[in-house]
Order: sequence, then structure tokens, then C-alpha cells
Amino acid sequence: MRRMRMGLAAGLMLVGAAQAADVNLLNVSYDPTRELYAAINKAFATKFKAETGKTIEIKQSHGGSGTQARSVIDGLQADVVTLALAYDIDAIAGRGLIAADWQKKLPNNAAPYTSTIVFLVRKGNPKGVRGWDDLVKPGIKVITPNPKTSGGARWNYLAAWGYALKKHGSEDKARDFVRDLYKNVPVLDTGARGSTVTFVQRNIGDVLLAWENEAYLAIDEFGKDKFEVVTPALSILAEPTIAIVDKVVDKKGTRPAAEAYLNFIYSPEGQGIAAQNHYRPRDAAIAKNHENSFAKVELFTIDDTFGGWQKAQALHFSDGGIFDKIYTQ
Amino acid sequence: MSDFDPRAATAGVATQPAQRRKVDVRADAPWVRRTIIGLTVGFLCLFVVLPLINVFAQAFSKGIAVYLAALQDAETLAAVRLTLIVAFASVLSNGFFGLMAAWAIAKFEFPGKNILITLIDLPFSVSPVIAGLVFVLLFGLQGLLGSWLAVHDIEIVFALPGIMLATIFVTFPFIVRELVPLMQEQGTEEEEAALSLGASGLRTFIRVTLPNVKWALLYGVLLCNARAMGEFGAVSVVSGHIRGETNTLPLHIETLYEGYQAAAAFAVASLLALLALVTLIAKSALETRTAKE
Amino acid sequence: MRVAATIARRRSVIPGFGMTLGMSLLWLSLIVLIPLAALFLKTAELSFSQFVDIISSRRVLHALQLSFGLSLAAAAVNLVFGTLVVWALVRYRFPGRRVFDAIVDIPFALPTAVAGIALTNLYAESGWLGSLLVPFGIKVAFTPLGIFVALVFIGLPFVVRTVQPVLEDLEKELEEAAASLGATRWTIVRRVILPSITPALMTGFALALARAVGEYGSVIFIAGNLPNVSEIAPLLIVIKLQEFRYADATAIAAVMLLASFLLLFLINTLQRWSEARTGKRA
Repeated sequence: MRRMRMGLAAGLMLVGAAQAADVNLLNVSYDPTRELYAAINKAFATKFKAETGKTIEIKQSHGGSGTQARSVIDGLQADVVTLALAYDIDAIAGRGLIAADWQKKLPNNAAPYTSTIVFLVRKGNPKGVRGWDDLVKPGIKVITPNPKTSGGARWNYLAAWGYALKKHGSEDKARDFVRDLYKNVPVLDTGARGSTVTFVQRNIGDVLLAWENEAYLAIDEFGKDKFEVVTPALSILAEPTIAIVDKVVDKKGTRPAAEAYLNFIYSPEGQGIAAQNHYRPRDAAIAKNHENSFAKVELFTIDDTFGGWQKAQALHFSDGGIFDKIYTQ
Repeated sequence: MSDFDPRAATAGVATQPAQRRKVDVRADAPWVRRTIIGLTVGFLCLFVVLPLINVFAQAFSKGIAVYLAALQDAETLAAVRLTLIVAFASVLSNGFFGLMAAWAIAKFEFPGKNILITLIDLPFSVSPVIAGLVFVLLFGLQGLLGSWLAVHDIEIVFALPGIMLATIFVTFPFIVRELVPLMQEQGTEEEEAALSLGASGLRTFIRVTLPNVKWALLYGVLLCNARAMGEFGAVSVVSGHIRGETNTLPLHIETLYEGYQAAAAFAVASLLALLALVTLIAKSALETRTAKE
Repeated sequence: MRVAATIARRRSVIPGFGMTLGMSLLWLSLIVLIPLAALFLKTAELSFSQFVDIISSRRVLHALQLSFGLSLAAAAVNLVFGTLVVWALVRYRFPGRRVFDAIVDIPFALPTAVAGIALTNLYAESGWLGSLLVPFGIKVAFTPLGIFVALVFIGLPFVVRTVQPVLEDLEKELEEAAASLGATRWTIVRRVILPSITPALMTGFALALARAVGEYGSVIFIAGNLPNVSEIAPLLIVIKLQEFRYADATAIAAVMLLASFLLLFLINTLQRWSEARTGKRA
């Protein structure tokens, strides 16, 4: 009994020790950004210490973008949210936790980096995947996550739809294309990272539909001799957005630190880290430096092709929307 | 009588040494015996032993250095701390109230006793996901008590209290279930004797009842602890998956698995598997102890 | 009347009834009853037709069917093999018997997430067992078959542990008498042994079923999670939650909870039947 009590006291002390930093922030992010924010947080902590003399610790939570938004709405005390798409942050703002004009508070519509959707295939590209049309060939297995929980999954879906729309010119043909694509999907993970794990570690599927940054990261982790990236000629401009959760930072008094943190992502140092992690930086100079790391892709946006996220979410991903109908067929 | 096989008779020798020559009518034919044993061993090896071996094989697949690094990682240690605290809270609270409930159920007769027993057993048959969901519905920001909690700055879901509540819910019946049958079997004579000799109720409980049920109590604690440390579904719903803060060991395994660190995930899993094995050894030891008494 | 007097006497001699019962009820309410009530309160916010609409949607129906169907199948397998296992453990002596006896409890003590990743790894096409099945065209991981395997794993100990004490205590004399009357071994098994252990068998089956229906952690890694194919009900609840559709989540949860209540009621009835038959708590 005495040993138990001592153990408990020691345990609690260790837990207490973890909270020793002067400032504590929680960054609730989407699934693939683990490595990105590990690097950014480290760099920012150094800078923050140098500038203010205070130690800062930033804790991370990762999951499907939709899931994470729901958690924040349910009370997860995020100081900042760095999610996969504006719609998920709008959902949080809709509940009064974030100011309604959040997207105007930061440059580039609050998207400090962009990405696009590419294909990851096995080395040698045995199934000869060169473009979107190859994904609907019979016998090809495509890995993509669940649009109901994952942000990346929704970008994947809309990229496919947008391509078919531009190629065939009609919404019906686009719908057929996407339906055929999802017929080739054997498993839906709840997040982009889950899909990557399925493709890369469990060896399921012939092609992974993924964020560009996620595809290149997989190659970094597992080797150029195992996988290669195929960039389609046409894809969607994916803009993951970030915001301060006003209700939380005002309650905790962490607004200055949180603002400094988000601004850091836009700074040259932050943009450099993003580029190194295969996110397309907004800063023109940094982008020029890393020009050769990013393939040239013709990009369409969610606004010009789909009329914005509110419309797209309602039409495709809401309950009973097009995605649900595609699955029941 | 012609289907008696003398060889089958010797199957009963170990249990009936005094009847060495007598035929054991309860023995099965050898082919039946061999088939059933074969199927048993095969079934258990396939479904239980192989997955267990796999855990350890995958954990060490990248070498012992990676294995040790995974266990010493800061986030893993934080997960260990959190899991220990949560398990301790579950065992303590369910043990305390388990003893109370067992006392009320075993030593008294009252109307509605069966309903009480059924209600206590409820968490057994409820899906862990539902267990997590109900606490979000109750304490989440959009839940029934959400606004009140927000005003008073109390965090329950996505923080330690929520994880503890969900785990306590899931392990609720474990200790009571072990105590009640034993206490019922033991009856009330000893307690009545002590009381008639002038001992107070509390003294009777501590000096008479507790020692009588100590092995059953320990057994229940063991089961409660094992389940509390391993709970995944319920905690997954109420945890914020904050790395290094609200990730218990099972959740941390999932995080590692999704972070391309499969070997590390299995390393942490092997920790929990070892805990399971230790639990089983302790359980066997306790059973032998109880059998002796 | 003597019974009532005895009860009254018992109640007045042993103290602490009020306090212990009160505290137990308080704890039960705080931890179990009030939270579960929150679920029904939330479900009650829906009109009955809305509730029916949610429950009868194709995806929900399929998930419920899958969960209950596969759980029934897994519990049935555990019934058959559990009987064989408990027979071998109780009636036979063989090398390693005590080890295998302890092994039966592993699914009970092993965390579900650990079981999940271990089984997935084992049965994936590149895994030890999955690779053996590939030439036969049998896929286990990410199919309903994989879910089935996981459910068999976690339900394994229930039939064995429920039947074991009953089988151990079975009176030898019954069998010996039947044999001396000329019954064959098979008849003895069928007419003497099986009826005695049937209540315990059914209890174990119901327990394994109840456990399998709600299982999440071990299934979530090995299931394909494809709607209308390999999506289990608990996962659908989580997904609905993640989509901010609390009403849907609670409706599905309410249905599952009701099923759990019924199963629990059934289990407790079976246990009392078993106790009455054999005088031993199953």
C-alpha cells in the first residue's frame, strides 16, 4: 500500500513536470502533418525563447480533419487549428468558437501553404498509372480515405470530379467517373495517414490518391526504391487553412503566443520548413528556391470549379449527398 | 460391453489410482481423445498463440535498439503515466464501491436486488464506443452539461477526468462480480458472531469480512486493472488524442501505427502483452491459493 | 413467517445496509445510469419517424446486420470449439494442459488495440497467415472474414470459462450409472452430459455474443470499413459523431443499447436457470 502511494506521488510529480513550460499551446491539426509540425514547433520554440525569454511547449493532436473539427466543437481546448480545408474551420466558427471573419485575418485566405493531389504507385509503376483515367480501369485498386471523416479524402474526390468535369464537360459524366473510381476502392480509412499506412505498410492497393506532401513523405520514409510519385497533368489546388480559436486563447491568455506561432508559419523560416516537408510554400522567394521539388501541374480551385466549400460539402458530402448515393449503387 | 477398450481404461489411471485394473467408463475412445486434443491445441494456437507471438516478432523486427528507443520515447512515457493514473483511479473507485455494493447485495435481502445486480452488470454488455459517446453527450461542449462546465472552466471530455470516467464505466462490474458469489456463499454467520461479541460494524468488516474475501478481491482488482489499462474504444471517443497528454497506451499504439512507426507500435503493444501475461500468471497463482483455502 | 422473521433479524443484526446500499446506488447512478440516460434523452429529441428514418437507412441497417450477424457466427464458432476446448481441458491430461488452460484467458486480458494490430498484421496479404491464403484467393484482412476472425478471438474465453466449473463438478455417478445400463459413449454424452452443461453453454454463447456485438478496438484495424460491405455498427456510430450528426449516432447507439439490455436480460435468466439446474453459479 505504501509502495503504491509512493508510486502514485512519483507518477503525479512526473506528470506535473511535463507542464513546466511558461506557455502551453495545443495545435489541433489534420492527419498527415505530424512531421511538419514536429519540425515547425521545434524551430518556433527556439525562436520564441530567443525573442521573449520564455519557454513554450506546443502539443499536437492529429486526426481526420472532420474528426478534429468535431473534437474542437465538443470542447477540445485547441489554441490554434491547422486543418485540411476551410469548411472544417467554418464549422467551428459556426459554433461561435472562432470569429466569423477568421479567413481574412491571415494572408492568402489563411492558407500558408498549399498542396495538390497526386498518385503514389509501387516502384516501376507495374499497373502503368499515368493519369486519372487509369484509376477507373477494371482491376486497379485505388486507396483513398473516407470523405466523411478525412479532409484529404474530400480533396481527392473533388480532384477526380473536377478532372472528369473538365474532360467530359458534364456533371453526369463526372459523377459516373467518380462512381467508377470508388468501385475500385477496397478500403476507406478514417484519415489520409491511415490510407498511406494501408498502401505502404499493409501493401494493399495499386495506387494511393494522396496529398502531394504525403506522397513525397512516404518516399522519404520508405525509399525511392519502393515507391514513385505520378503527378497528373491536371489536379486541384488544395488549400489547408489555419486559425486561432478565439474563445480558447482569450480564456487562457495565450493570444500573443498563438498569433506569433501562426505568423511564424508565414515567415521565411516557417515557409522553408514547409517546403522541406513537401508543402508548396506561399512565399515567392522560398518557392523559387524549391522550384524543382514540385512538379508543374495545371491546377483548378474549389471556388472556380465547385463554387466554394459550402456548396461542395452540401452537394457531395452531406448525408444523402452524392458520395452516399455513389456507394449505394 | 464389447466396446470397452482396455487402453481407454488406463486414461483414467491418473485420477483413480486405487482402481488400476478397473475400466473407466467415463473415458473416451483414443481417436476421439486425440482428435479433440488436436482440435483444441490447433484452435488455441491459431487464434491466440500466433497473434501473441506476432506482437513480439514485429516489436523486435527492427532490432533491439529501435525497441528500446520506442519504450523510452517521451510520448510513450507520458502514455504510460496516463495509463497508470487512469487504471489506479478505476481500481480504487470500483474497488471501494464494489465492496460496498457486494456488502449490500450479499448480506441482505431486499426487493429489487436482482434489478440492482442487472444494472451493475450493464457496462459489460454496452459497446465501449457507446460508453465514450454518453460522456461526450453529457459533458461535451454541446452536451447537456456543456455550457455549465464551460462557464466554470471545468474540462471533462478531452482531458483526464473524461478518460477516467469512461474507463471507470467500462470496468464498473469487475470487482463486484468477483466478490458477490463468494460473500453470498460465506453467509453472515461470522459477521453476526463478531457483532454479538461487541465489535462495531466497521471493525467487523475490516477484521472479519475483508480477510475472508481477500483473494476474490485481489482477483477482481487484477481483472479491473487489466481491462482499465487496455481500454481502447471508450477512451478513443473521449480523448482528444493529444500526443503526450491524453493518449493512453492503447491510443498511443494507434498513433505510432499511423505515424509509420509500426515497429514502435508493436514495441509498446508488447509492453501491454507482457502485462496481460503477468496478469494471467498472477491469476493462476491466486486460483491455486483460493483452491487451497 | 419464520423466513420473514429471520430476514428482519438479519437486517437488524448486520449494520450498514442503508449506507452501503445508498452509496452503491449513488455510484451506480453517477457512473452508469445518468450517462446512459443522457443517451436516451438525446435520442428523445428526435421524433419517432426521424428515428425510424435513421435506423432504416441502408447503411445503418447493413452495419447493424453485419455486427449482429458476424457476432452470431463468431459466437457459434466459439460455442463449438469452446466446447471441445473445455472438454479437453477438463477431461483429458496432456502435456502443456495447464499452459493451454491459461492461454484461454489471453483474449480476456489482452488490450483490444494490441489484438487488433496483431491480427491485422497476421492476416494481411503480406502476413504470416495471410500469405498462406493468397494462393487460395482467400482474403482475410479488410474483409468481413477478418472481422469474423477478430470476433472469434475476443469471444474465445467466454464459453470455456462459463462451462468449465459446471463440467468439473459433473457427478461421475450419473455417467457410470448410464454406462452400467448399457449406454454407448455417444448416448451418454448426448443424454447425460450435454443437458447438464447446456445452460452454461447458452450463457457462454450469450456472453460471447454480447461482447462481440459491441467490440471496437480489435475490429477497427482489420475491418475494411467500406460502407455497406465491411462497416461495423460501432464504427458507424463514431463516424456519425465525427460528422457532427449526434442524432444519428445516438439513434444507432440506442438501438445497440436496447439489444445489449435484451442480451443481458437473457444472460441473467440463463445463469439463474443454470444455477437452478446444477446449484452452481455459471
